[in-house]
Amino acid sequence: MRIRTAGVVAVLGLALAASGCGGSDDDSSAPAAKESAGATGGKLVIWADDKRTAALKPFAEKFGQENGVTVEVQAVSKDLQTNFVTASQQGSGPDVVVGAHDWIGNLVQNGAIDPVQLAADQKSGFNETAVKAVTFNGQLYGVPYAMENLALIRNTELAPEAPKTIEDLVAAGKKLKADKKASEILCLQSGQNGDAYHIYPLYTSAGGYLFGTAANGDYDPKDLGVGKPESIAAFQKIAKLGEKGEGALKRSITPENSIATFTGKKCAFLVSGPWAIADAKKANISYDISPVPGFAGGSQAQPFVGVQAFYVAAKGKNKALAQEFVANYTTKPELAVALYNAEPRPPALTAALDQVKGSDPDLAKFTEAGKNGQVLPAIPAMAAIWDPFGKAEAAIIGGADPAKTITAAGKTISGQIK
Amino acid sequence: MSTKLSGPGSTRTSGRGPVGPGLPRTARTARHHAPVTATGLVVKVILLGLVAGIALWAAFPLVEAEKWVGLALLAATTAGLFYLYLTPRHIPAKYLVPGTLFLIAFQVFPVLYTASTAFTNFGDGHRGSKDDAIVAIQSSSVKQVPGSTEYALSVATAGDPATGALVFLVTDPATGAVSAGDADGLRRLDAADVTVGSGGKVTAADGYTVLNFGQASARSQEITDLVVPTAGGALRSSGLSRAYEGRAIRAYDAGCDCVTDSESSKRWTADAATGSFVAADGERLAQGWQVNVGLENFSRVLTDPNISGPFFGTLLWNFAFAIGSTGFTFGLGMAIALALHSPRMRGTNLYRVLLILPYAMPSFAMLLVWRDMFNTDFGLINNLFGLGVDWFGEAWSARVAVLLVQLWLGYPYMFLVATGALQAIPKELTEATSVDGASPWQSFRAVTLPLLLVALSPLLIASFAYNFNNINAIWLTTEGGPFPADNPRNGATDLLITYTYRLAFGAQGAEFGMAAAVSIFIFAIVATVSAISFRNTRKQEEVYS
Repeated sequence: MRIRTAGVVAVLGLALAASGCGGSDDDSSAPAAKESAGATGGKLVIWADDKRTAALKPFAEKFGQENGVTVEVQAVSKDLQTNFVTASQQGSGPDVVVGAHDWIGNLVQNGAIDPVQLAADQKSGFNETAVKAVTFNGQLYGVPYAMENLALIRNTELAPEAPKTIEDLVAAGKKLKADKKASEILCLQSGQNGDAYHIYPLYTSAGGYLFGTAANGDYDPKDLGVGKPESIAAFQKIAKLGEKGEGALKRSITPENSIATFTGKKCAFLVSGPWAIADAKKANISYDISPVPGFAGGSQAQPFVGVQAFYVAAKGKNKALAQEFVANYTTKPELAVALYNAEPRPPALTAALDQVKGSDPDLAKFTEAGKNGQVLPAIPAMAAIWDPFGKAEAAIIGGADPAKTITAAGKTISGQIK
Repeated sequence: MSTKLSGPGSTRTSGRGPVGPGLPRTARTARHHAPVTATGLVVKVILLGLVAGIALWAAFPLVEAEKWVGLALLAATTAGLFYLYLTPRHIPAKYLVPGTLFLIAFQVFPVLYTASTAFTNFGDGHRGSKDDAIVAIQSSSVKQVPGSTEYALSVATAGDPATGALVFLVTDPATGAVSAGDADGLRRLDAADVTVGSGGKVTAADGYTVLNFGQASARSQEITDLVVPTAGGALRSSGLSRAYEGRAIRAYDAGCDCVTDSESSKRWTADAATGSFVAADGERLAQGWQVNVGLENFSRVLTDPNISGPFFGTLLWNFAFAIGSTGFTFGLGMAIALALHSPRMRGTNLYRVLLILPYAMPSFAMLLVWRDMFNTDFGLINNLFGLGVDWFGEAWSARVAVLLVQLWLGYPYMFLVATGALQAIPKELTEATSVDGASPWQSFRAVTLPLLLVALSPLLIASFAYNFNNINAIWLTTEGGPFPADNPRNGATDLLITYTYRLAFGAQGAEFGMAAAVSIFIFAIVATVSAISFRNTRKQEEVYS
């Protein structure tokens, strides 16, 4: 009796196990059979964030159908870079990944991406700054498709004229505040812990820099500008705009409420990027876009230029196809236009920009505002900048002594750069 | 079907049989052979089927990765499980094994893994093996030879598409000349033997099978690895339709265990202690590998003034935060529970529902909402009370603010458990004290509170341990701030865990080894505190029970 029970259990257990496996086999074979007859198991896996996944899908499918391969676009909505590095290490990563160009330093030091070889005529089709952004250690590591940078967005009802200098802006903002037309002078997000990305144009205009330039044109992590006399002088100028000075820069303006305060007509000027435009349109604000103004008599305000790019995973299973997709397919303007339609950021491909420029005047203005921009450093040392630099900014806006604060920040940063 | 049912059916009768006669011997056998019911059998079949299914699912990747030790472990575990639940013996083990397996998988293994990581330099730039690093260095140094030709490429094979030897059919765009290239070099093909498509790609060639993308991608690895030697360097594929002449600038030499750059003739020698290639001038290559660094991470925690300096201040606030979070929530929760426990209270159900509400909302979102409510200029709190407090800008107001948020988030839980515990305290005891003439306060102090604490102490200890490491409560509100102007490393509301997080992930990349070492320190602190508290609780239980 006992043996019989055991036998029944064993047989059924195995049957169940087998049926479980059989089931999964059916699932995976069904869509494969539906693919075009030419498919012989070639498969390309692309990882991107949610928004871009939606835009990429039709093109990836088209690429698959044209070439008889299966293309899977998978959305990784959180921590794409970290997940990509970890998955690559374990051999379960994708063949192609889409992300910001300042990931390159970290991806390269982890051996997660391979250089992309573009022909000279392919390269010349791109915006020069964009190509520079994806170049690291003299190698091209990704194919750029979109660029973004900060600009000054102003409410033209409240401020019809674009301010030439930051002083003009403060004067105009103060007047609006006195007339009770606005409650804030300027919406430039900081928060309690600062925001290095948004303060950077003012920092450069006041003479500060982050990294010097090495002989090959890359940023040089050994020449750190934070803590140098120039950076102290720059923050002394910024401090005058702070809470104890003009009150144009405030820690209470955070990444969460900055755009909302502008669309709520509580401030006439907003320093932000193309991502803020959708909100401004939704709120029916009449706006105009101009470059971020600099200090009177100072240098030009240079915003960071960020680039979104396609990368070829070094440990992908189908590198030849991935190279083909990235080097010879994403370099075509059609894809760049589709990605623009999904999220309106200026395309890095000049031909694509020309195509969409006519229907969207904002694009040219953003491009204009980013013309003097500096490429966001992709070197791994940049990761050590963000946090201490931002906190120093917040402290100085709150009224702390610039010299002491920036010197301490410089020390912390250089201590973290290996 | 019928055989399946007959099995349990007949067992059931034999199991029930002994009840009537009541013979001691058969009764004992019946205890050993618990009745096998149809439901029991079905559950057993399903569960064991699941075990077999999971084992098979896990086996294939292990075989593919050639992890034989893991496979043996998997096979042994599965066989052991099948044996255990098919044999009528080892009754205690049947109860203990599932829990033990989960304990090993989800508790013991992560702890051991963390501990072992603490002795390595695992982190960004030091993730893989030395071989991985060498491959990465070499492949990222492949550069196009300046001024060299860009060829249109078709991948072909001599013979069968799946097995034949790979050949690159390349077309020179300037002359239109077609050559075939393999590991031996380039060979010109006669123009009459090939058909060239519009883009310059070869579409057919005598003696070769031109592969489509599907066929080619099946041999992706070989295509990427194929280099055709040429005079200037080597021909490599860039995707499946272009080839370029490229050269690896950096090469590894096993003889000197170093990497040499052929352009600058600079040399980086492997340093096994740090897991990186270092040049004579101290320059390191970015791509390193994982090595064992012994106790270095631990000694850095203890000796680096940047880390150990603010350690004790942070530890003190960490204790204050955990004790405050637990104490205040318990105080408020219990007070409300007592109030609602009073028989004179009306509408208690409505109050209870309202009081539970904060508990029902996701704390993750609520923390972010609270952060915005504490905003100086736009926050609800300042606007509502007409205050101008810079809540997260001053050390003490920030500390008060995070504790207030914790109080709001945590009291419903304490209220719930205190209500439950109160209802379990017999009314006779409090009635007896009032008969003896005790005031309500005396009765609460002497009877209710001690009995409550017997039931709730373990929960309070757990709450303490949880809040001690409550990274969300700080990271989503103040991020550890406000920070002193001259020290961006350590803020007024930093817990050890937020401080560690900034240390390990704020620098030039993630340092998992370092993070693991600090978590071992934190683990030791929490474990010590919990052990002492549990010992005291046990004493208390002995007194009151």
